Amino acid sequence: MTFLQQTVNALWLGSVYSLFALGYALVFSVLGVLNLAHSAVFMWGAYLGWLAATQMNLPLPVAGLIAILGAGLIGVLLDIIAFAPLRKRNAPRISQLISSLGVSLILVKLAQIIFSAQPQFFTLNSSLSQSIPKLPFKITVIQGTIFVISILSMILLRLLIRHTRSGKAIRAIAMDSQTAALFGVPVESFYRFVFFLSGVLAGTAGLLYGLAFNNVLPFMGDSIALKGLTVIVIGGLGNIEGAVIGGFVIAGLEIASIAFGSSTYRDAIIFLLLILVLLFRPQGLMGEKTVSRV
Amino acid sequence: MKVVQYILLVIIMALVATACAAPDQAPEEDVQAANPSTISVSIGDWDSTEPKNLPDSVSIGVLFGLSGDIAVYGEVQQHGVQLAVEQINGSNYLGAGTTLEALFEDTGATGEGAIAAMDTVLGKGVVVVVGPTLSTQAFSADPIAQESGIPVLGVSNTANGITNMGDFVFRDSLPEASVVPGTIAQATEILGLENVGIIWGNDDDFTASGYEVFKGALADNNVSIIADETFARGDVDFNAQLTKIIAENPDALVVSALAQEAAQIITQSRNLGFEGAIIGGNGFNSPAIISQAGEAAEGVIVGAAWNIASDAAISQEFIDAFEESFGAAPDQFAAQSYTGVWLIATAIRRADSGDPASIRDALAAITNFDSPLGSFSFDAARNPVHDPVAQIIKDGQYQILSVETAQP
Repeated sequence: MTFLQQTVNALWLGSVYSLFALGYALVFSVLGVLNLAHSAVFMWGAYLGWLAATQMNLPLPVAGLIAILGAGLIGVLLDIIAFAPLRKRNAPRISQLISSLGVSLILVKLAQIIFSAQPQFFTLNSSLSQSIPKLPFKITVIQGTIFVISILSMILLRLLIRHTRSGKAIRAIAMDSQTAALFGVPVESFYRFVFFLSGVLAGTAGLLYGLAFNNVLPFMGDSIALKGLTVIVIGGLGNIEGAVIGGFVIAGLEIASIAFGSSTYRDAIIFLLLILVLLFRPQGLMGEKTVSRV
Repeated sequence: MKVVQYILLVIIMALVATACAAPDQAPEEDVQAANPSTISVSIGDWDSTEPKNLPDSVSIGVLFGLSGDIAVYGEVQQHGVQLAVEQINGSNYLGAGTTLEALFEDTGATGEGAIAAMDTVLGKGVVVVVGPTLSTQAFSADPIAQESGIPVLGVSNTANGITNMGDFVFRDSLPEASVVPGTIAQATEILGLENVGIIWGNDDDFTASGYEVFKGALADNNVSIIADETFARGDVDFNAQLTKIIAENPDALVVSALAQEAAQIITQSRNLGFEGAIIGGNGFNSPAIISQAGEAAEGVIVGAAWNIASDAAISQEFIDAFEESFGAAPDQFAAQSYTGVWLIATAIRRADSGDPASIRDALAAITNFDSPLGSFSFDAARNPVHDPVAQIIKDGQYQILSVETAQP
């Protein structure tokens, strides 16, 4: 029973980590730059959902849709304000990273001004937060739903990237944006689109996270931002499958280190893995070795 | 396109500018309303002679975590201070010509932030410092005040050894070591505890010292610890640790955590099917626990320095004034920061001087001061002395723990 429960704990936590890390990885794969405002969009996704569900009394699925699309729009704004101007000027990537960090601070502070630092809650139907009966393990209805939605989002993203024309264009830009532009791909519009997608993923993750822990805070992105970073480094920077697998690997390791060892060493084990990966497989578990050409 | 960008940028900058300006304005408005005496309050040592030698304005530095995950505490603490300053000035407690001015500085959640904030207020010539919010931050910043000879009063630091930093370091927050033993003894007697599982944050001075105190108190009451797990600050998922603890089937779950983590631990342990009592430290003293954990919080036991159910008149007056000003009920942290400022004002009034050393001596001499926390004294080590209360969450409220309230 305990082993089964811990496996369920790991799968559920892994789905949350993966979903968050996907948006990080998506932007990195296309632009080659870390978007440090990802965790702030994540947090805004949760707040938008909370606003729509509890302040405007919309049904949860509608509120969720508003949150997700709203976060997508914030993603687009993020590109317009923090990334596009620097791209146009051919600024170094580190400037884009710092600019995204600035927007992140603004977004978090803005949320604190509007909503205060006190945690906000969804007034959920209590049946949603109760364990599903007649299962050999404990999982709440909302956790189960989140797991399913997470997996579905990952599959949809994969289909979009691998099997649609837009996906092909995004992959082309990721490979070489200038050549893609020469072939007539509207690169700037696709950058917008990628930021929209990344915002949608962050918003979905934020909303689900806020619902699962029933806790919406301006600073809720802080801890998962660090986890997400570890996930994509271990999975392979900018590798979509790597982000998913990395998420489950990290969650699995965290839970295993608690279940079979001691919770005191949990973070030590994760960061030991991070160091080992950086030392022996810097391209990440799923990444391909890149050769820099002069 | 370009135009849109600039407009957005301007809007954001304007928002940030107003955000930065806002916290500084509030206390000044309070000060404007000072003269002449407009309100009367029962708190305060009104029998002492009215001070004659004070300057027009006496400044105190107030260091709280107003951003970051500790803003949950910082904001109510700030409200407690604002209310006290407003009352002190409105009632001319420091004499008709003198206003008390609170200079708020945000420390964030880190020790570095507390050090920077401490340097800032000391540079502005404050005579006393209130704060910082976390014990960890106090260990970083208080030595600076001690070195500069400025008294510093912690209003929420509960870790062991805070006042050992020096003779200018005070606190009005009961240390865990004074609250926990009573709570554990009562809970053991009423619930018949034999063994417990414990979960605690091992990267924070407050939660780690809380764990040590719990361990000692459990041993004194012959309760054995059959599972011992840790977590890190900022964690939100505790299912793995709790699954492991619950598998041992303990009578109660003991938790040393801050409010954010505490609410998650309570909810998640109930979701995993745990039905026993949950006993917590000072971090459980926040209405956020009840509003967030909802039904899961029923049966949670926590010792406290202050309970809103206290029927003392001075406490009731504080609750009414707080609700009127801020539209929400105060918690223990508000009561402690509010009391802290009144203690300081009383020391300034009795010292009749703006000299930090004289204020320190007057502060150390305070005994039996009638406050929302009860009859308040500082002991020889500048730690607070007043009666704690053991509480249980029942019907969505903190109630006094007894055989009746312990019934589910």
